[in-house]
Amino acid sequence: MEKIYSNASPKNDNLKPKEETISFLLNYSKALSVINYNKLKFEALLN
Amino acid sequence: MKQELIQDAELVSNYIRGDERALSVLIERHKQKIYSFIYSKVYDKDITEDVFQDTFIKVIRTLKRGKYNEEGKFLPWVMRIAHNLVIDHFRKNSRMPKFDNAGEFSIFSILSDSSLNAEKSMIKTQVASDVRRVIEELPEDQKQVLVMRMYQDMSFKEISERTGVSINTALGRMRYALINMRKVIEQNNIVLTN
Repeated sequence: MEKIYSNASPKNDNLKPKEETISFLLNYSKALSVINYNKLKFEALLN
Repeated sequence: MKQELIQDAELVSNYIRGDERALSVLIERHKQKIYSFIYSKVYDKDITEDVFQDTFIKVIRTLKRGKYNEEGKFLPWVMRIAHNLVIDHFRKNSRMPKFDNAGEFSIFSILSDSSLNAEKSMIKTQVASDVRRVIEELPEDQKQVLVMRMYQDMSFKEISERTGVSINTALGRMRYALINMRKVIEQNNIVLTN
């Protein structure tokens, strides 16, 4: 029986996030502060 | 020591202790794999960008809250978050995911047009109203879980936290809600199909 060969999916090296997204995440991380108070955790975004 | 030699676990540990550069290294190291994974499911770069961002927001919040258990599996953990967010995206949009068929025919490529004509729109409104009336017949605890799950897109974990019961109890209430809704529909001969 004839074998069926499927074409391999072309690798797309363009698949990566935008620099703005990365930058936002890093800034978000720097701004995020988690405060522990009486077994509760509060998230604060600092300016 | 070169940055590539630092294992993920050590970078995570450094980040939790306050080293923001560690996060930058982790993202840089894994961004393409995670992004590609998301794109292979949604096939839309804008949505991929959003899901990628939401994934890492969850990662950042979990690490900063000290809720991450290091078992040497940082990347699988992040991929799991991304995977769940992809599912959430599809649930909200009521579409089946596209599978990577490598160019072969996919039944999902012929999804019907989701816009409704006037008649179907009226039927849809009526069905939604009837469903809402059936839900009102449920016991309060079952109604609460069902509304949170179906109308507010909450996870069972969030539902259990909000209602103060275990996840198993929330799951049970949801199950009984659906059973009871079916009973009401059958007993009253309600037609809920187009």
